[in-house]
Parts: sequence; structure tokens; C-alpha cells
Amino acid sequence: MAAPDHSACLDHAALDRLMPLHLDVGPDGVIRHVGPTLAKVAGGAALERAAFFDHFELRRPKGLTNIAALTDTPPRALRLRLTAPREVAFTGVATRLTDGGALINLSFGIGVVDVVRDHDLTSTDFAPTDLTVEMLYLREAQTAAMDEWRKLSERLAGARDAAEERAFTDPLTGLNNRRTIDKVAAELIGAREAFSLMLVDLDYFKQVNDALGHPAGDDVLRTVATVLREETRRNDVVCRVGGDEFAVLMTGVCETTLAKEIAGRILLRLEEEITVAGGMARVSASIGITASCLYPVARIEDMMRDADMALYRSKNAGRSQYTFVTKDQVDRRGQDTVF
Amino acid sequence: MHGLVHKAIQSFICDTYGVQAWDAVAASADNLPLRFEAMLSYCDHLTDQVIDAAARHLAKPRATLLEDVGTYLVSHPNVTAPRRLLRFAGSTVEEFLHTLDDLPDRVRLALPELHLPPIQLTETGPGAFRVTSGILFDGYGYVLVGLLRAMSDEYGALTTIEYLGEDAGQISIGIGLHDGRFREGRDFRLGAPVA
Repeated sequence: MAAPDHSACLDHAALDRLMPLHLDVGPDGVIRHVGPTLAKVAGGAALERAAFFDHFELRRPKGLTNIAALTDTPPRALRLRLTAPREVAFTGVATRLTDGGALINLSFGIGVVDVVRDHDLTSTDFAPTDLTVEMLYLREAQTAAMDEWRKLSERLAGARDAAEERAFTDPLTGLNNRRTIDKVAAELIGAREAFSLMLVDLDYFKQVNDALGHPAGDDVLRTVATVLREETRRNDVVCRVGGDEFAVLMTGVCETTLAKEIAGRILLRLEEEITVAGGMARVSASIGITASCLYPVARIEDMMRDADMALYRSKNAGRSQYTFVTKDQVDRRGQDTVF
Repeated sequence: MHGLVHKAIQSFICDTYGVQAWDAVAASADNLPLRFEAMLSYCDHLTDQVIDAAARHLAKPRATLLEDVGTYLVSHPNVTAPRRLLRFAGSTVEEFLHTLDDLPDRVRLALPELHLPPIQLTETGPGAFRVTSGILFDGYGYVLVGLLRAMSDEYGALTTIEYLGEDAGQISIGIGLHDGRFREGRDFRLGAPVA
């Protein structure tokens, strides 16, 4: 003989305690009782004595329209939705009662976070055995921890940027350094954007250093940096690449007119006397210019070397002038590697 | 030691006495970093150093300082996570106290690297409890006292909470719960406020 079955002895108060999200539905499909949390979410007692299928849309399994169908061969899980008065999605499980009705227990499933917030549910709305509150705790704890991690990585990224910025900047003049040229040139070449490279080498800089001292030399370098910044365009990249050697990367420039204009202005400005610590200094500059469009495949090392050669032509031809690298020279170098 | 411990002391000083006060504390002892990171680990001996440096600079006994840190963690508006996470433990102060035993597990669920020593609540009489706990660092018990006092306020409870002392690696705290609903507690909703 089977052990006596006491399960039918639970009254509504006991069910409310055990399953605050349950429904007791009669064989006729009329809701006889609603658990307190479900009543709260539904916005009052509107569900009691109403027809189950008027308020709940069964989304899976589909096509069931009466209570008997729900309990005859009960599916493992029900997906349903409260349609009125408020829309809420549920996961549920149904079992047949002795009188042919159904006991349906519901849970909010994965949408629980929003439901709890929207309906302002408290921990007493859930059975003590329900892990919903623990899940909400865990979610909030994880969010707080993630937040800390995110802030930490932002601070680390900020520190890295600052370190990179330092590494790309010449402390004396505030100009970029040689690494910037390589980086920007690589970006431009990668994006197939034309640019010109201008190398500027000071004439008579050694004499200033020798005659007036290094602080005077530093003043000259700072003034040259200012001139270069002022005479180039906003998007041009001005760098100090050596002791008294500077480079300007002119973005979008591949014709000589504009480059000539800029180089000419720089030369004029650098012929002016410079006020330095302990007196006045006079320098000038020799310039070599090349452009990415001269090369079948532009490489910054080639461009630097060619611009440098052009610069020395300027120096040899009497200083304070600019020289352009020509297409011919580039093509010839392609064959015998000698400029 | 979990950086959260050091960061808590740092934040307490910044939020209560100003960033300059913290900078002075950090500068007053060798090998204290200028800023602690909550998610990094630090040498254990730094914990004592930072507490000592802070107590010295603020001219406060360690006990008072650490109790204030405990209160700060729950009640300061700049710190929301600990208060909310602790409130999840119970809907009433009684429930909260009875789930104190779970506190280390709850904390570990949130931060797997932060291992709080075991903590135990014993009911010693009607409305009378004793909390015993292992020691995370010297003075840890006072942080718990401050934290429990602030949580009692959270629930609007009328309690007396006192540090009973330390014995054989265990600290004891006495709690007298006179009225769990002495006044309205602070608002707490399960659903986190939308950021």
C-alpha cells in the first residue's frame, strides 16, 4: 500500500507562504486564488475570479486553451505572459489538483531584475528559499566590482597615455620627437594619404653654442620651435629629430607650391636675430623636402634619407635655402640605391 | 591584504578630512603609495602602517579611527555599495543579525579575493547577542563595531553595541537590541537605482 498522500491538505495561506507567485485555477479555468506577490505585480486583486486565459497568454507550449490540456500531460515548463492589466513575462510549472483544477507556480525568470525594480518588490515578496534576492545581491556586487575594475583600467590607461606622451615629446622645445614622425608617417602611408617631409637643419648653431654658451643655444632651439609651429599649419607635425635638426610632416601636401611657400616663410623668419641669454644670436637654416607621392611605395626611412640628401645640397649650395627631392632622383635610387 | 581595506581607509580620510589630509598621511610614512587601488593586493604590513599613519596624523586613537571607518563604509553618501550589499542580508535588523554568520561567504561571493575571518552570532539572552570574529588586522573589531552601529541606524533600530575585547585570536562585540523598529529606517529597494 502506498504511503498516505498529505499534499492536498495545504490551504491558501500555506501556499502563499511557500509560493507567493502561485495561481490556483479551477477546472473551469477561473482563477480561485492568487499568491500575494503575483497579486502585487498584477496590480491588486484583479486576477481573482477572472478567467485564466483572459489574463495569461501561453507562449510555449502554444495552442493550449483549457486547464485540462495544461495538466493532462503537463509540459516541463510553461512560458507565459500576463497581458492585463500589466505585461509581465513568467516561467511556470503546472500540476493537476484533485478536483481537476491546476496549481501553477510562477517565477520571473531572467527578467527578474526589471520586474523587481518596476514593481518595487522587497525580499519579503519572495519565499525565503527563493534565491532571487541572492541573485540580485550577486548582480549588484558584480556590478560594483566591475565598476572598480573599469575605473582601475581607466586610470592605468591614463597613466600609459601620459607616459607615451612624455616619450613622444622633446622636453626642451615641447615638440614631438623622431618616434612621432615614424608613427604618423606609418598611419598616413597605411591610409594612403599623401604628405611631404621637410628636414630643417640649423646653420651656425655650433657657433652660437660656442660663443654664447649652451643656455643661449637652448634659447635658439626654443625660438626655432616657435617659428616652425607658427609657420606650419595646424595639422602639420613638427618634431625635433636631432640636436639642431627638425622635421615637419606636412599632411595632405604633395605639390611643391605650398611646400615652397611654407619653407620660404620659415627661412625668412629664421634669418631674423634671436634674443638669447647673454645677447643676440643669428642663425639660418638649410632645408630638404620630399613628398610621399614621388615613391612607388613610400617608406619613411627612404624619405628621411632622401630629404637629408636634399638638405645637404642646400647646405653645399650656400645655406639658407631649400631643395626638393625630384622624381628622377627617386627613380634612379630605385635602380642603383645610390642617390 | 586586499586593497579594498586600504582603499577604505584612504577614502574615509579623503571624504571626511579632505584629499590634502590623505596626501599628508601618505607622505608621512615610508613606502605608503600615494593612492591605493581597491582591486589590487598589498603587503600585509602596509595595513598597520596606514592605520598608524592616519591615527598619528589625525591625532585619534586607533580604535576611534577604525570605528569611524566602519561607520563611514555604511553611512557616507559617497559609498553606496557596502550599505546596499549589507542590506540584502535581511529585511529587518533581527534578520540582518542572524545572517551575520554568512557575511564572509557573502563578501567572498562579491570579491573572491577578500577573505573575512569567520564571524558568529550567539544569542545570550532576550534581545542580547554576542558577535565573535577572527581578526583580519589589528583593530578589525572596531571596524565591525562602527559598521554594526551604522547598520543598526540603517534599520532604524535602537541598540547598544560595545567592543568587549580580544581573546585567543577572537574579538567579541556585545549587542543589546532594545527596539528593532525604534524609528523609520533608511529607504532600501531591492532594485538597484538606475545609474
